[in-house]
Amino acid sequence: MTSPLSVEEIQRVAELGRLKLSSEEVSEYTGQLGAILEYVAKLQDIDTEDVEPMAHAVEVQNVFREDEPRESLPCDAALVNAPKTDGEFFLVPQILGGGGA
Amino acid sequence: MLSATAQELRDQQECGELSSVEITSVCLDAIDEHNEKLNAFLTFDRDDALQQARRIDERRAAGETLGPLAGLPVAIKDNICIEGVTTTCASRSLENFRPPYSAHVIDRLRNAGAVLLGKTNLDEFAMGSSTENSAYGPTRNPHNLDCTPGGSSGGSAAAVAASLVPLAVGSDTGGSIRQPAAFCGIVGMKPTYGRVSRYGLVAFASSLDQIGPFARDVTGAAMLLEGLAGYDDRDSTCINQPVAKYSQTVDQPLEGLRIGVVKEYLEHDLDDGIRSSMATSMDIYRSLGAEVKAVSLPHANYSVATYYLIGPSEASSNLARYDGVHYGHRSSEFDDMIDMYCASRGEGFGAEVKRRVMLGTYALSAGYYDAYYLKALKVRRLIRNDYDAAFQEVDVIASPTTPHTAFQLGVMSDVPLSMYLSDLFTIGCNLAGIPGISIPCGVGNDGMPIGLQLMGRALEEETLFRAARMFERETDWHQRRAAL
Repeated sequence: MTSPLSVEEIQRVAELGRLKLSSEEVSEYTGQLGAILEYVAKLQDIDTEDVEPMAHAVEVQNVFREDEPRESLPCDAALVNAPKTDGEFFLVPQILGGGGA
Repeated sequence: MLSATAQELRDQQECGELSSVEITSVCLDAIDEHNEKLNAFLTFDRDDALQQARRIDERRAAGETLGPLAGLPVAIKDNICIEGVTTTCASRSLENFRPPYSAHVIDRLRNAGAVLLGKTNLDEFAMGSSTENSAYGPTRNPHNLDCTPGGSSGGSAAAVAASLVPLAVGSDTGGSIRQPAAFCGIVGMKPTYGRVSRYGLVAFASSLDQIGPFARDVTGAAMLLEGLAGYDDRDSTCINQPVAKYSQTVDQPLEGLRIGVVKEYLEHDLDDGIRSSMATSMDIYRSLGAEVKAVSLPHANYSVATYYLIGPSEASSNLARYDGVHYGHRSSEFDDMIDMYCASRGEGFGAEVKRRVMLGTYALSAGYYDAYYLKALKVRRLIRNDYDAAFQEVDVIASPTTPHTAFQLGVMSDVPLSMYLSDLFTIGCNLAGIPGISIPCGVGNDGMPIGLQLMGRALEEETLFRAARMFERETDWHQRRAAL
């Protein structure tokens, strides 16, 4: 079965999804996602011309509360699971001007 | 004691026959003995559990009024946060994650007096139907160790079925409570969307996820849902309506109950044992005075396709947070910021999670959004309309929970689509937002348990519990225990 997806498309989607894939994964997903897309194409058989999309099972409305300050996580608790911090901030690689962290 | 129901264990504590420390010790000993072969629990802390139990016993001795789950051990699926307790979601990416806060359901369980026994295995981020997608190895079915317990809440289901714990909490996005309950021969319910707060449940597909109970019998599930459900302003989709006293009405049979059997599901390829158990179950309801008739859900056969666009789309967005910055795995080798994200995620996520992130990213990407994601949202409404129309004619909709009994480990893992298709009967409840319960109703030719699914109108969990209990009283399938 030929996949409706090309290897290039899979690589593009992986880039959008911020996933580094091995070449084995790329070829595996090309076939598997292609098969899934062929299956879900059956939805095109249904006439949905005047149907309102349903994003939520219960009709959700905006929930408002008074704009009052509340207690939030203390800094050390918020940082406790971070891969890299300076004790006060999350540390990430340099974004401007290149270079690593 | 191991085979006792939650209600029996509660009553025995109230009359002083048993202490919570005794119950908890027996559970911990059973975990010590059987967990190595089952792999149901990922984490448990004997000292901490016994300390919780001791505290309940002391409060009871002091004459304090205790909550409805006082002294009962409860297992928690490992995608529900407990402050300071490792919460992995069965992912390498969260191997060392210790949440700085607890889920709403954890606060509620503590207030109800429950003993939090440990964290159970699941498919990574709850994505799967067999618990084989766990980074920490599959869970095995206590009825046959070569078979899957189902998934994604397979650890919770196996723990209850193997009598390691009387009650357990799971989450259900497309059947992840009901399908493992069916495969393991126990009771499991997915409540109405919004009935239980999702605060502190690690998000998979936010418009479909719902937390719910596992128990050995209907009354236990009713007791546990009563403990879990309730309003929480930290989940803006949580419904602010009173929670019925399910456990107090569960024994009241329903007069004039009308049950609709889904015609489209019976046209599907079913195991022989499942088809005959379904027929026998409906005969039992008829003998109890219920009216049983066929109902149609015309778009039922589109539910899997709809779900596998909406679920992955929401997942791809929800899982964007695992970027190696705030928590979770960060790769040690990368070129720049973007490469750090990609490498961290590529290393931290397993195959099924990556597959769904890819599928969702594709369905939401420019040029495909209308054809896939938006189209699925429209079909979702048609599926919901089908249920609304059927509930004009009947009070409860019945179907098998699954088209087949628990399959052997490994047989489905190479063909994702065939695994997805096994969720056909459970997905509809999640798309429509309605409650569904699975109860044991038979045994297949392979000796594995069969589940009967009952679905109800939104917020009519009480009807489902009462209807399920009517059946349970007439049968002894729920008393069948796995021999380990």
